[in-house]
Amino acid sequence: MTAERAGDRLFRMSVAGFAGVVPLAAAALAWQLARESASTWKTFGPAFLWTLTWDPVADVFGALPFLYGTAVSSLLALLIAVPLGVGAAVFLTELAPKRLADLLMFAVELLAAVPSVILGLMGIFILVPLMRALGSPYGVGMLTAGLILAFMVLPYITAITREVLLTVPRPLKEAMYALGATRWEVVRAVSLPFSRSGIVGAVFLSLGRALGETMAVTMVIGNTPRISAALHDPGYSMAAVIANELAEAASDAHLSALVAIGLTLMAVTIVVNGAARLLLYRLEARG
Amino acid sequence: MNDAVYARRRKVNALMFALTAACAAVSAGSLLMILGYIVWKGASSVSWAFLVNLPKPVGEQGGGIVNAIVGSAKVVGLAGLVGAPVGVLGGVYLSEYGRGKYAFAVRYAADVMNGVPSIVVGLFAYALIVHPMKRFSALAGSAALAFIMIPTVLRSTEEFLRLVPGTIREAALALGVPRWKVTAFVVVPTAGRGILTGALLALARVSGETAPLVFTAFGNRFADNGWLNPIATLPHTIYTYAISPYEDWHNQAWAAALILMFFVLSVNLAARLWLKPS
Amino acid sequence: MAEALVTSAAKVVMSVRGLRAGYGGASVLKSVNLDVREKTVTAIIGPSGCGKSTLIRCLNRMHEAVPGATCEGEILLGGRDALALDPVLLRREVGMVFQRPNPFPTMSIAQNAAAGLVLNGARDRAALAEAVEKSLRRAALWDEVKDKLDAPGASLSGGQQQRLCIARALAVEPRVLLLDEPCSALDPIATARIEELLLEIKDQLTVVIVTHNMQQAARVSEYTAFMLLGEMVEYGETRRLFTKPADKRTEDYITGRFG
Repeated sequence: MTAERAGDRLFRMSVAGFAGVVPLAAAALAWQLARESASTWKTFGPAFLWTLTWDPVADVFGALPFLYGTAVSSLLALLIAVPLGVGAAVFLTELAPKRLADLLMFAVELLAAVPSVILGLMGIFILVPLMRALGSPYGVGMLTAGLILAFMVLPYITAITREVLLTVPRPLKEAMYALGATRWEVVRAVSLPFSRSGIVGAVFLSLGRALGETMAVTMVIGNTPRISAALHDPGYSMAAVIANELAEAASDAHLSALVAIGLTLMAVTIVVNGAARLLLYRLEARG
Repeated sequence: MNDAVYARRRKVNALMFALTAACAAVSAGSLLMILGYIVWKGASSVSWAFLVNLPKPVGEQGGGIVNAIVGSAKVVGLAGLVGAPVGVLGGVYLSEYGRGKYAFAVRYAADVMNGVPSIVVGLFAYALIVHPMKRFSALAGSAALAFIMIPTVLRSTEEFLRLVPGTIREAALALGVPRWKVTAFVVVPTAGRGILTGALLALARVSGETAPLVFTAFGNRFADNGWLNPIATLPHTIYTYAISPYEDWHNQAWAAALILMFFVLSVNLAARLWLKPS
Repeated sequence: MAEALVTSAAKVVMSVRGLRAGYGGASVLKSVNLDVREKTVTAIIGPSGCGKSTLIRCLNRMHEAVPGATCEGEILLGGRDALALDPVLLRREVGMVFQRPNPFPTMSIAQNAAAGLVLNGARDRAALAEAVEKSLRRAALWDEVKDKLDAPGASLSGGQQQRLCIARALAVEPRVLLLDEPCSALDPIATARIEELLLEIKDQLTVVIVTHNMQQAARVSEYTAFMLLGEMVEYGETRRLFTKPADKRTEDYITGRFG
């Protein structure tokens, strides 16, 4: 009898141990990043986040251009992708015939699986020449990055919004149809208002993705640590500067500054994802 | 009912139908466009020689990417070999014993890790392995990819195990079978297909990851040289070739992209079609 | 009170005294007594929510598998304290069949029948094949499945699946077999087959069946217990209980005045 109980305990303890890898890794990650970036925070203080100069040669580091680039390119992406994604989800859930919807949804899910380096490749060789033809001086720049990012987050917004729309209770919609409403009127008056918090959750989740997206952005944003009001000017993002400079960081100070940017990026995505999950959890509790 | 008002409402309905259909067409159509373009650009450069030869020295035309294919297989393979079992076993814990504070911490950490950008996980692997060892290595690349895989596999395993009806667990317990055997030999096999699918999709996802490899596996123009040396990978090769100024390398980037896409999409397709019947 | 009305001299194999059970603070059973006699069929009847399922789930301690479940009192199995035994070993002696057929979806018919033995370490192929045939025969399923033992258990009809679950429970050779409304998901013909089967196997082991179907209790059992609101209202020989109920509440129930 004790032998079997011992077997159960052993099994539970070992799977619990494997599960423990995740919180351990998360804690180790935060600790490592904090440790490796400590000297930057000591030297520059929180002003690191609003300093405009990034000069590895002089060992002067400020993260503002990257914060700005990440924020602007991500917001541009959402500006483009949210209407497209919500529209697509509405069509796929409420309006399209089921078989067509399944087929299109399948394509959308596969789009989410396309590696970001491949979208970057498309960006370099299709989008950049196109932007240049449209009058952008460099082709690369904030707007180009925003466009590529929009394609990256579009499948997420579409898929999550569709799931949220699917939770709208049928009786609510039927009540509206019974009043003689058209399909669009049902969508506008019932489905979308009912799904609002879920759609906001989807937007936040996509924002989290966009903020941390690296390769596609690195390949088209222009990699210039400068803040310019013109959207077609080159910029830089937090993830891009890490990808570009870490492997050849000249000094320990440079390395530490890059890790400090990584830590900041992680903090921002955790806050954004936390907000998204709060919204979607509440939805689950309701659903 | 007023005919003019109704006609206007129908017009709005038709207009919105068309608009949202256009949105859906853009969403789904961009996949077709990407696929079509990659096949068109890549197919002309893919050949047997491209698949089995090493890159030529910089400046010379031609050469292949066998080092990147082998490198990706090694880096992703090791990540999967470590990441998948850890994730699956952790997922078993969450689904079968996961109540209380510890399980909450695990779930919370997994959700946080899932949201952390892959480049930040790459930084972690850099700080953990590359920096102390003072060298880029295949091992560091694998570690980064494994850290990305584990939380994903953990949560997907948990979800599939939760789909196993409680009556199956009861049936086995009522036969006088110890709980751990019920879990290991009845519950996990019942969810086996879903668990495997989740692990495969996670593998496909990390095989396309580039950002965490830039400063861990780093890249290498020569044949694979062991776990503790820099190693070439497909996505990283696509990246370096794409941003290079050489026309020949651009063509090779498209060809490599075709191979990577083919792999990623076939795993995705296979996983989805395989999961469907259950 | 109730036991005094039982006249048969058959040996008591399980005896329950002062059993209280519940879920997370909510009480479901309030001091229940019951004697289960060897090689008989005992039926437990009562309206939904009366605690009849909880009672038999306590008998092999499946009740404890539910988080927050509580169970106290005395359950003796052949004189041993069942609540002090290892539940795993107890369940090998006291098997269970559930409301809905639940064959293991990844296993074939033969593997399902042998599951209890294999999961407990049996490896001898010949012995296993023999045990499979024996238990399938006892569950009156052998003739229907002998040519497709490797087909998935889930490919059978609902009634066949339930008999497969009975075979699976019998293969472990329990002393007592508990059935928790085994026919509630089945059609009348499949139900009749299960009832016939119960009458056949009671020569070899003790059966306790929970049912909300009074006719079923009357057809298959020698003893019947009537429960209401977590209490054992009346327990006695089936024929007597259905013809001359001692308690007014039993009479109301069996004459259909409520429930």
